[in-house]
Amino acid sequence: MSGKHVLLVEDEPHIAEAIRFILTRAGWKVSLEADGAQAYARIGSERPDAVILDLMLPGSSGLDILTSLRGDATLAELPVLMLSARGQVRDRDAATRAGATAFLAKPFANGDVLAMLDEIVTRAKEQRSA
Amino acid sequence: MARSALTGTRIRERRTALRIKQADLARSVGISPAYLNLIEHNRRRVGDELLGQIAGAMAVDPVALSEGAEGALFDGLREAVAGAEAEGGAHMAGMPELERIEEFVGRFPGWAAILAGRQARVNALERVVESYSERMAQDPFLLASLHEVLSAVTSLRSTAAILVETDDIEPIWRARFLRTIQEESLRLSETAEALVGYLDDLEEAETGLSSPLEQVEAWLSARNWHLEELEEATPPPPEALIAGVAELASSAARKLAIAHIERAQADARALPLEAFRDAVAELGMDPALLATRFGAPLGAVFRRLATLPLAEGAQPVGLVICDGSGALTFRRGVPGFALPRFGAACPLWPLYEALARPMQPVRKVVDMAGRLPERFLTYAICQPSQPGGFDGPVLMEAMMLILPPPPERAPGERAIGSSCRICPRGECAGRREPSILSEA
Repeated sequence: MSGKHVLLVEDEPHIAEAIRFILTRAGWKVSLEADGAQAYARIGSERPDAVILDLMLPGSSGLDILTSLRGDATLAELPVLMLSARGQVRDRDAATRAGATAFLAKPFANGDVLAMLDEIVTRAKEQRSA
Repeated sequence: MARSALTGTRIRERRTALRIKQADLARSVGISPAYLNLIEHNRRRVGDELLGQIAGAMAVDPVALSEGAEGALFDGLREAVAGAEAEGGAHMAGMPELERIEEFVGRFPGWAAILAGRQARVNALERVVESYSERMAQDPFLLASLHEVLSAVTSLRSTAAILVETDDIEPIWRARFLRTIQEESLRLSETAEALVGYLDDLEEAETGLSSPLEQVEAWLSARNWHLEELEEATPPPPEALIAGVAELASSAARKLAIAHIERAQADARALPLEAFRDAVAELGMDPALLATRFGAPLGAVFRRLATLPLAEGAQPVGLVICDGSGALTFRRGVPGFALPRFGAACPLWPLYEALARPMQPVRKVVDMAGRLPERFLTYAICQPSQPGGFDGPVLMEAMMLILPPPPERAPGERAIGSSCRICPRGECAGRREPSILSEA
């Protein structure tokens, strides 16, 4: 189970709980963070294998956090799955520009979160070993 | 200057009204009856000089023959052409014969009126669509509600799927997720209720076929722009003046109307009707002299001049007011000075020159492009105000009076238009988009 740690940054408690339940049962270690302003510091200290980031957060927007991550040499390659409750093209584009590895519009199927997370982490591993 | 075909119709109407025979009129101006007949049926254009002679022979003002009430009709038809062009339809169907627009209006006035009427309807409907899409995209309440709905649906969907798909779920988790479903369902129904209430409250008129400003204009126009109740010693409350007024359909329009009444009432107090009329008779329509005489703000004099009861035979006075963005906040047009129905006006209006030079009075004789160019004397001034206090924003307001022109042309008169799209001045330095008119 080592090497499968994800930090979930999501301010909606019920959504966070459901995602945590699904990922935990699939073998992930899941940390929760509801406050956008704390997210960056926690990523730096916990060094998860991936981050699931909601786009609209209190404190600091998901896009700002992502931009800070990409500007940090040690975190620039971290796989990030962006969630948005406004699934417009505009949000997807903004997330991609800011450096999101993948994007998922709410509402989503549980299997999609898991599949996408597995995919971006596997891809990142392959790139590191290549 | 090109004389236009409807002039012929008016010559014929005037001649028959005066019981002058066609042959007699033709002889007196030195043309053949057949040629006059062609002119009267809008098949030949009539030059300035000949029009002057014909008008002289019938003892009428040449302007009365070349002017018509069809200006709006022409604008409507041109807008229809512009609309078709914008959709690319005009190219497929072949360009309409714009150069024969006057012949069209002259020969088929009924069809032309229907086409222009349809165009006005299309404009109105386009505005409704625009206001709906703006509302959808900008309304913070709708956006927040949508976010709530999506969040609730997201957690409902995930939670329900967990309950259905996880066979061996522990009782403690099952209980927790069931509670989640209960809570999220409640949240969803509350949001839905709030949304329904919000949509119910949207007045139908708010998204109706005319803007609030247009509704106020329609009301003031029906009142001949003068509210005589405000001249009384103790005027009725503003609300009483607009009670039951059909034109003011939306609450936004009623708010604008109340603001107008309050301002007009203050103007009426500062410039009492009798004394002001006497002063105008003595000093003429010079806003600065009048303001000095009464110790009143220039803006009050501008507004008062444009809303006096119209004396017998006098020409109406036009007034346009814009804010710092150039958006027109008050529009009283006069015949021959066409105000754009939508979008921005001609950038060469002295109004905008004044806006760019606050506190500097601008006096300018303008030549308004149209079927028949027409001259006007304009006074414009822009003044700042700080309704939010000394530290608040400085708001600019420019106003322009539109008065009858001095009889003699003088150097420095300015050629202007209504708005670029329907303006015939091809070589204009201020043009921001091509005109649909081919005339130069």
